[in-house]
Amino acid sequence: MYKIGIIGDRDTVLGFMALGFVVEDVKSTEEAAKKLHAMAKSGAYATIFITENYAMQIEEEMNRYKDMPLPAVISLPGQGGSTGYGMNNIRSAVERAVGADILFKE
Amino acid sequence: MAELRVNPTRMEMKRIQTRYQTARKGHKLLKDKRDELMKQFLDVVREDKALRERVEEALGKVYQSFTVASAVSSPKMLEEALICPKKEGELSVEYKNMMSVTVPVFHLRVHAEGGSDSYNYGMAFTSGELDSSLRELNSILEDLIRLAELEKTAQLLAEEIERTRRRVNALEYILMPQYLATIKTIKMKLDENERGNTTRLMKVKDMMLQAQLSQKRDSDDEEENA
Repeated sequence: MYKIGIIGDRDTVLGFMALGFVVEDVKSTEEAAKKLHAMAKSGAYATIFITENYAMQIEEEMNRYKDMPLPAVISLPGQGGSTGYGMNNIRSAVERAVGADILFKE
Repeated sequence: MAELRVNPTRMEMKRIQTRYQTARKGHKLLKDKRDELMKQFLDVVREDKALRERVEEALGKVYQSFTVASAVSSPKMLEEALICPKKEGELSVEYKNMMSVTVPVFHLRVHAEGGSDSYNYGMAFTSGELDSSLRELNSILEDLIRLAELEKTAQLLAEEIERTRRRVNALEYILMPQYLATIKTIKMKLDENERGNTTRLMKVKDMMLQAQLSQKRDSDDEEENA
């Protein structure tokens, strides 16, 4: 059995506590990166959500887990609403696979 | 295309021809694999995109009501209400083989005391906004997990597709033309040798004829003189 983790600002992630997620509230980017690695390394987490404001800044750290089956490191919009970062991730996956952006053409 | 540096012999040509055939078969297989991967990948990504749109919208609502909830009650109280959850969300993970890519499948299991949508705090000190925000959050829980699964699958498939595409291209544009060029060079070299041989034989034959002719002429001359 695996746990579900979420990393983000205190105000944002507090609500997820009620869902039974393991909540890590962080204040700085470095802290978020450190927490992410600790969670991923423990092997107890199948999914780690990160709010977009931090996800944007620790993209490199997140990419390290991109090609492993577990954990799934997924960004979620934070308190400020969606910044389109999550969609951007899907777009970049499409670009990586297809070589061109064929889903989001506008 | 630079050809391989090999001895221009028949045996070498045979060997490279076999390798070319293998490369061609491999290329065809990999191309099929890439096409199928692409098909599945696009299915996953389409669903992922739709789901993410839905989840992001729902999360927006959750945050809104949560902000209101934290505005009307003190942060300490809010934390107190949420700090010891009744529920424990756990995931069991299965692995699925998708075109030889191992992708995880998440199954959510919630251990809850007294029904899955019960709140883990008393009604006395908290606001109604908190209830509705949590209800909303609870309703997208399944979607969140599914989103994680899809996004992970998309990432893994994208990696595999990229790798397969590179292989296909390497075979198609580097290896196979290289083999073909080498085969052609060897063939030309062998043909050239063959032609050289023929000319040499003709020359030798000519020389032999010449020799016989002059011998005959000499003996004829001798006979005439006698």
